[in-house]
Amino acid sequence: MPSLDDIPIRVESPPQTGADFGNALPILNEIRHALGRLNETGEPSQIDLAAIPFGPGDEARLLELLGRGEVEATVDALGPTQVWETRFSGVWVVDYANADAQRVALQIEVDVVPQILRTQHADIADAIKALDERLADAASGAVSKSIFGTSEH
Amino acid sequence: MADSSAPVPQTLGESLRKNGVSRRGFLKFCAATASMMALPPSMAPAIAAALEKARRPSVIWLSFQECTGCTESLTRSFSPTVENLILDVISLDYHHTLQAAAGDAAEHAREQAMHDNEGEYLVVVDGSLPGPNANPGYSTIAGFSNLQMLEETIAGAAAIVAVGTCAAFGGLPKADPNPSGAVAVTDIVKDKPVINVSGCPPVPMVITGVLAQYLTFGSLPELDEYNRPLAFFGQSIHDRCYRRPFYDKGLFAETFDDEGAKKGWCLYRLGCKGPMAYNACATMKWNGGTSWPIEAGHPCLGCSEPDFWDAGGFYKALSVPTGDPGDVLLAAGVAGAAIGVGAGILGRRNSAAAKASHEKVTADELEQKL
Repeated sequence: MPSLDDIPIRVESPPQTGADFGNALPILNEIRHALGRLNETGEPSQIDLAAIPFGPGDEARLLELLGRGEVEATVDALGPTQVWETRFSGVWVVDYANADAQRVALQIEVDVVPQILRTQHADIADAIKALDERLADAASGAVSKSIFGTSEH
Repeated sequence: MADSSAPVPQTLGESLRKNGVSRRGFLKFCAATASMMALPPSMAPAIAAALEKARRPSVIWLSFQECTGCTESLTRSFSPTVENLILDVISLDYHHTLQAAAGDAAEHAREQAMHDNEGEYLVVVDGSLPGPNANPGYSTIAGFSNLQMLEETIAGAAAIVAVGTCAAFGGLPKADPNPSGAVAVTDIVKDKPVINVSGCPPVPMVITGVLAQYLTFGSLPELDEYNRPLAFFGQSIHDRCYRRPFYDKGLFAETFDDEGAKKGWCLYRLGCKGPMAYNACATMKWNGGTSWPIEAGHPCLGCSEPDFWDAGGFYKALSVPTGDPGDVLLAAGVAGAAIGVGAGILGRRNSAAAKASHEKVTADELEQKL
């Protein structure tokens, strides 16, 4: 009776990590041009990675090439949005996810600060209104002594 | 149950704010919408401004000779998604599969929506329908033939969206021998704009992308020769395929389990219809952007193209039916990109030739064989 070793079994390894189809490098060139425009004219650029025909490993390769820099932020609005500056200053990755943390869009922003991190002007106006209301309430004694958290006893 | 006394939000901006969406959330929604509409991300602020004022359109969804795969495509995507958000802000007034009402109440909802939104509502059709010369009994709803219901419903519509290859081109019901005399929506509707969102099924984000376009800008998208939105159907699968570099180098998988298949080489010789198929799968992908048929190792069937069922065989290379496979394929592999365009033309010619040479059978003959 043949031993187990006699049974011809070929072990197939899973694809090597980092394998890609070579579609990341052209995007890196596009980012280089966008960064040049930002430097020379201040013009920001956005690249929608959903519009790029990436194969397995291409996106991971691009993100690996871009790396991570000093800044990371999370925006909690309609689900989490992860934002980080890459190792190349001015090149940001914005990863939009829905409430179930599933990605809805992945973009590269070449800008001083990504749009989603900026405070909207309409929100500033709303904030002034809200703060004025608090101050008016405080002045009339309708609310506690402090708006900074000390409770009234 | 919803409070019927509460005012119904009239614009998308109001609707989103009512749901507690912040402006950053709205900006994110617009970024995802731009991506969904295949527009540049820089359009997000313009989309935000337009959506703020957009009104909730009434949508009547008619399902004729179809398998419900198109609705499944739309509703079985990951939830909640941008697609769901869009569906939350349109007023879907009639849809067989999704509505709670049945019988007379359902038909009344359709009539009410038509009456209340005369000239402004959208009609979405999935499925083909028995044509004017066919036996209407092949497909009826509430005692009406599909043809009657379509003609009645589109009378006051702003536009019609034909979702899926069956509605757009006749699809499977129209495949030879077409026993039910199936026709496409455009064969019937001549005096209203019709947008064909083909695919079997269509990519869900393409369905909602077209609705988002109408919702956002109040206009219909630019269309190709088959009435398909160019934003999604403007480029061939072949031109957007991540395996294209292998085609250009002449590296092909010859079988489904050879070294070429394992290395992810081009599937052209395994019957890939990518050169003649125009769709958004290559970039938008499926299952929340996870993968798509070619990434899973299967050739494109060309399901977004007219008469794809009768195009000569899913696993025959585009160049095989009329020529010597070896010579033609070798030439395609060597010549690369330029031939890619030719392959598309060749594919369409082969499709026409296959149709012409296809042996026709009648429904009676088919029944005798079964």
